[in-house]
Amino acid sequence: MVQFTPAQLDASFAAISDATRRGILERLARADASITDLARRFRMTLTGIKKHVRVLERAGLVTTEKVGRVRTCRLGPGQLDGALAWIDRHRQLWAERFDELDVVVAELKRKEQTNGRRRGK
Amino acid sequence: MDAGGESEPTPMNERTKVERTSDRDVVVTRTIDAPARLVFEAWTNAELFRRWWVPRSYGLNLLSCELDVRVGGRYRLVFRHEDSTMEFFGTYLEVTPHSRLVWTNDEGDEGQTVTTVTFEESAGGTLLVVHDRYPSKEAVDLGSTGAMPEVLDQLDELLASMG
Repeated sequence: MVQFTPAQLDASFAAISDATRRGILERLARADASITDLARRFRMTLTGIKKHVRVLERAGLVTTEKVGRVRTCRLGPGQLDGALAWIDRHRQLWAERFDELDVVVAELKRKEQTNGRRRGK
Repeated sequence: MDAGGESEPTPMNERTKVERTSDRDVVVTRTIDAPARLVFEAWTNAELFRRWWVPRSYGLNLLSCELDVRVGGRYRLVFRHEDSTMEFFGTYLEVTPHSRLVWTNDEGDEGQTVTTVTFEESAGGTLLVVHDRYPSKEAVDLGSTGAMPEVLDQLDELLASMG
């Protein structure tokens, strides 16, 4: 993994604390995209997407290149790993926990309903 | 959050949200489809808690789970990990039935992490907010939950090297 300075890591965390920006990174992880592609994908204005891309660019998570009239965005080299990987791992951990919690709680709910019916008789 | 002020489409699969709200704070949110008292029970009854707290994909064997859920009460989780065991332990600082739990995580070398869980009931569901406040920025990356997959990566490497 690439080594980060703390300031870089902070900028990265700030950049990915937003759902749209995380979505952009996930999209770019699959393939490069133009600003227009991203705007369409996230149903936002070009200006809105540009703002998000700028934040990601400042954090070094995304690089852009303008060829002719099209600005293409791609993931910044290696920068993604530290911050996004951490958040993603943390989210996966909790998503798994919560999915199991759903099962446990649904069971409690069923039990309560059954007992409630019994008591009601 | 959204500097541009545009609406933010949230993917359907993003039910569990994680935000790093400062260099020491990590907040996880999720809505559970049940009243707060049932969700609270699943967090405070050891038999129920142990069924969901350790993700199956981690492949860890939970040997014991003791939760003394009252102010000043302690908790201890012991995992088997190949030939060794790992322990997670701490103390409950606040216990407000059906609405709030605060505990310390004392196992880290970097100092104490404080976890605050709030249960907010609305329209029959419960919004869970899990807020971890780490002792330092550095501790976040070494955080107990964050470190576990790395431990497993190490195990994978070890097993691979053993062929």
